[in-house]
Amino acid sequence: MSMIAALFRRELASYFATPVAYVFIVIFLMLMGAFTFYIGGFYERGQADLRPFFNFHPWLYLFLVPAIAMRLWAEERKTGTVEFLMTLPLTPLQAVLGKFLAAWAFAGIALALTFPIWITVNYLGDPDNGAILAGYVGSLLMAGGFLAIGSCVSAFTRNQVIAFVISVVLCFGFLLAGFPLVLDLFSAWAPQIVVDGISSLSFLTHFADISRGVIDLRDLIYFALVIGAFLYANTIVLRWKQAD
Amino acid sequence: MLKTKGLTKRYGRHTVVDGLSFACGPGEVLGFLGPNGAGKSTTMKMVTGFVAPSAGTAVICGHDIQTDPLAAKQRIGYLPEGAPLYAEMTPRQFLEFVADVRNLSAGDRRGRLDAVIEQLQLAPVLNQSIDTLSKGFKRRVGLAQAILHDPDVLILDEPTDGLDPNQKHEVRQLIRSMSEEKLIVISTHILEEVDAVCTRAIIIADGRLLVDDTPEALAEQGGGDLEEVFRRVTRGDMPDETEAAV
Repeated sequence: MSMIAALFRRELASYFATPVAYVFIVIFLMLMGAFTFYIGGFYERGQADLRPFFNFHPWLYLFLVPAIAMRLWAEERKTGTVEFLMTLPLTPLQAVLGKFLAAWAFAGIALALTFPIWITVNYLGDPDNGAILAGYVGSLLMAGGFLAIGSCVSAFTRNQVIAFVISVVLCFGFLLAGFPLVLDLFSAWAPQIVVDGISSLSFLTHFADISRGVIDLRDLIYFALVIGAFLYANTIVLRWKQAD
Repeated sequence: MLKTKGLTKRYGRHTVVDGLSFACGPGEVLGFLGPNGAGKSTTMKMVTGFVAPSAGTAVICGHDIQTDPLAAKQRIGYLPEGAPLYAEMTPRQFLEFVADVRNLSAGDRRGRLDAVIEQLQLAPVLNQSIDTLSKGFKRRVGLAQAILHDPDVLILDEPTDGLDPNQKHEVRQLIRSMSEEKLIVISTHILEEVDAVCTRAIIIADGRLLVDDTPEALAEQGGGDLEEVFRRVTRGDMPDETEAAV
């Protein structure tokens, strides 16, 4: 446990040791604001809730979260520090968890810094703060899902651009798994049960459920499973590819 | 203390390390020699648990690196080739991170950190980010993390590569000063280094162990010239003698 904590602290500090963290947070907040107020029509709707805010999270995360995740392992492999890291007395799972949790905490910090919008909506009206809290929980879980996918992909390559592009495509597939764009790829040849299975994997539907203010155990389990599965795959990829 | 048994690594059809077996103990400074591409680094990567062998294994202080990797890794200090480091950290942050991951006890921590900073003369650059340091200082930071937990087995992959003569001299002195109670394995293709610090030399080429002897005995075979022996053995100019040396 203390090893995971040591790695977590190092990783989190390394985001803030370079301009990466600040650039990311500023862009994230600017885009969130722009989407919510202009495209989402926050004022024009005249309703005291954060639906226009949360509606854009999946689409922003689609590009911004892989940008956090792409460096997790690709950079270590590129600079050779992975050899140093993996010859420390750490299990692959500890290494994967330490890095993932740091990235997730970083995403959480960026998300928490959107608090002015919550103050705004409370100043303007009388929103359901329980629903808003649920939206934040769902958003954080979704970011964790995207990060786990990105972390796993990042372990495949030493090239961060490749890691980014492949993560975006994979995340896009997961996001839209319940929609014809993805389902049509399978419905022509796969049995119905497989198609149904894929359609139930959609981040968008699970997130939409939570962000409406309904925290259903099934949605929580879904995100926990996605994160767990990809982090487990990450440890396997790591062991398999680390020496290349 | 360190024992390899038939250590082998194949990439596809290409065999990089081929059935390497040797054993060594405390007090020894083992020089690992060979031309570039001979399999020195791959052997070290397998011994330290970074690369999984295709066959065979290495045992460190009684712990098999394959079946009991954590215990084995705790006893090893390792300087990978080129001394990769986290560039955005300062040496102080980096060494404190290593102390945390290595789980040094609170009592040991301060003392060990001070000791390695002193030993490797890192004080002037402690709070400067690693990517602004000279090559010599980077290598010293790499050495500092390797000896921080006072390991029984020290494995250094080309520890003096790219250093200037003064820095090389310092690193060799450091190795000699630690050699009494530890086992130190260094890989190099600089033969003077073997003369300067090693008590035993292993020459490998194409992944096979060709010679295992003291530097003095080797030099004697070459008429006082280590380089002569090295060339003869690794090029296979005189196969009969090579066989005899094995």
